[in-house]
This record gives sequence, structure tokens and C-alpha cells, in this order.
Amino acid sequence: MNLQSFLSMSGYGAYVWSCYGLTIAVLLWNVWSARRQLREAIVHARRRTEAQREDAARRGAGAGVPGEVRS
Amino acid sequence: MSSSSRSPLSDSQPNPRRSAASSEARPRVASRWLWFHKLGSPPYAYGLATKLRPWLMWSSLILMLIGAYGGLVLAPPDYQQKDAFRIIYVHVPAAIMSLQVYLAMAIAAAVGIIWRMKLAHAFAAACAPVGAWFTVAALATGSIYGKPMWGTWWEWDPRITSVLIQLFLYLGYMALRASFDDTQRADRASAVLAIVGVVNVPIVKYSVVWWNSLHQGPTISKLDTPSITLSMGWPLYTLVLAFMVYFAAVMCDRLRSEILKRERNASWLQENIARS
Repeated sequence: MNLQSFLSMSGYGAYVWSCYGLTIAVLLWNVWSARRQLREAIVHARRRTEAQREDAARRGAGAGVPGEVRS
Repeated sequence: MSSSSRSPLSDSQPNPRRSAASSEARPRVASRWLWFHKLGSPPYAYGLATKLRPWLMWSSLILMLIGAYGGLVLAPPDYQQKDAFRIIYVHVPAAIMSLQVYLAMAIAAAVGIIWRMKLAHAFAAACAPVGAWFTVAALATGSIYGKPMWGTWWEWDPRITSVLIQLFLYLGYMALRASFDDTQRADRASAVLAIVGVVNVPIVKYSVVWWNSLHQGPTISKLDTPSITLSMGWPLYTLVLAFMVYFAAVMCDRLRSEILKRERNASWLQENIARS
């Protein structure tokens, strides 16, 4: 079997390969968008946790001191 | 927001009527359902999804390569459709998944409503975008397949129309979820839509039997007497399996995102994130 006849798909090459290309694009997009969403969720949750910890530390250290600025 | 990291099932009270009758049998029943309690616990599911994901992704990739090689190279050309029939190896798995994912989503939504299980709602929410994309792929490849075979890109045929409705159900589910700020309310409202929408699944499946359709009748679901020969069939079965494993792999990531959203105040999660 030569490459040319494989690519031409008995004349239906454009239909067959566009279907495969489209499906591969959808499969890759799903993987990528799920990864991106997860990464964003982790970053968001980590920031939240850090903010809460800082908040707790601030309240413990100098609660009620007016005009206090944390550096 | 509850900050519990316990199993969502663990705080349910034992049924007094049943426990009086079978107090001896209870430990055995408990151990039999232990896997379900474990799976329903967000920390356990989060860890499991993290561990399983690479295994699932690699095995689905290997299965896809085997199936594609079988479908594109090894399978003989069809006597009528010639090589155009090879489109089925991407069209059919995508179409099967568009129904399977919806079924999984509706079952998870029902479990979430009946047992008030947070993780089941998270699973259902994670299903929707993936299922919608499978449906888009099924419609698009079907349209490209229809042009050389039926002479048209689109026809308001029962199968095609019902699959289009399937896509709108996924989109409606996602739009409904997005319209709530509160996750728990979004869970409950969207679960009802998912459960009601399940009527469309048998309509899609049997549309080719109930009505005159351009689409061919059932081919592979009659397992005892399939209308496809083994040399053309095995790549198709391999690719259907590959798509299912692929779905599980993608769900690992999506489920973790959903758990992160719901359990952000839980101490186990804050420790887990700080470590990673």
C-alpha cells in the first residue's frame, strides 16, 4: 500500500481526514481545558488559604491597633 | 458553606426500624458499602482522581492508536462506501459517548438529589462540558459523513434532530448552572433538568427504529448478531473503549476542579494544596 492511495481514501480523503482532524481537535481541547481549569482552581484555592492564614495572623498579632499597616 | 471533610453519608441516622430487626447483620452490611462511603468522601475521591489520571490517559492513548491503526489501515474498504466508511471509527464512538455521558450525568444528579451526596453533584457538573463536546464531534463528523453518502450536509432526520436536542440539553444544563451563584442551589436545579432530559436518550437510541430515517439501523448493539464483520468491528469496539477510558481520564481533572470549588474551606484541602 503506498502513501498516496492511503491519503486519497479512494477519493474520500477530504471527508475522512477532516473528520479525524476534527475529532482529534475536540479530544485535545477537552484535555487542555480540563487541565487549565484545574490549574486555575488550585491557584485560586491556594491564594484563598494564604489570605486566610495572613488574616488570622494579623488578628492574633495586633488586633484592634488603629492605623497599623502590615508590610 | 460546610467545612466538613467527612463522608457526606456518614451523618445520616440509621433507620430505627431496620436496625431493630437486624442489629446483628449491620456490621456486614456496613463493610459491604464501605467502598461507596469511601468513594463518596471528597478527600478520598480527590486523591484517587489524582492517582488514576495518568494511567487512564496513557491507556486511552494506546487504545486509540491501536484502534485508529486497525480502522484506517487493517480494516478492508466497504463494498459500497469504499474508504469513506472509515469515518465511523470517530463518528460512532463520539455519538455513543454523547449518550453515555448524559446517562452518567443524570444518574449522578439523581444520586445527588436522593442521598444528598455532594460528590455526585460535583460529578454531574463535571460531565456536562465533556458530553457537550462529544455531541458536537458526533454532529460535525456525521455532517461531513452525510455529504458524500447522502448528498447533504444536514437533514431534519429523526436521528440528527434528536442528537441536536441532546446538545441543547447539555448547553441548557450548563447555562442553568451558570445562572446560580450558590453551588448547592445550582446543583439541585440543574439535577432536575438532567433527570428530566434523560427521556431524550432512548429517543436518540431508537430514533432509527421508530421512524423512517436516512440513518442506518442498529449495527453494533445487537451483540449476539452484529451486522458488522469482525475485521471492521474490532477497531470500532477498541475505539469505543478508548473513548470511555479517555472520558474517565478527563473527568479526573474536572472532578478535582469541582471538588476544589465545593470544599475550599475544608482543612484537608488546604493541607493538600499547601503540600503540592
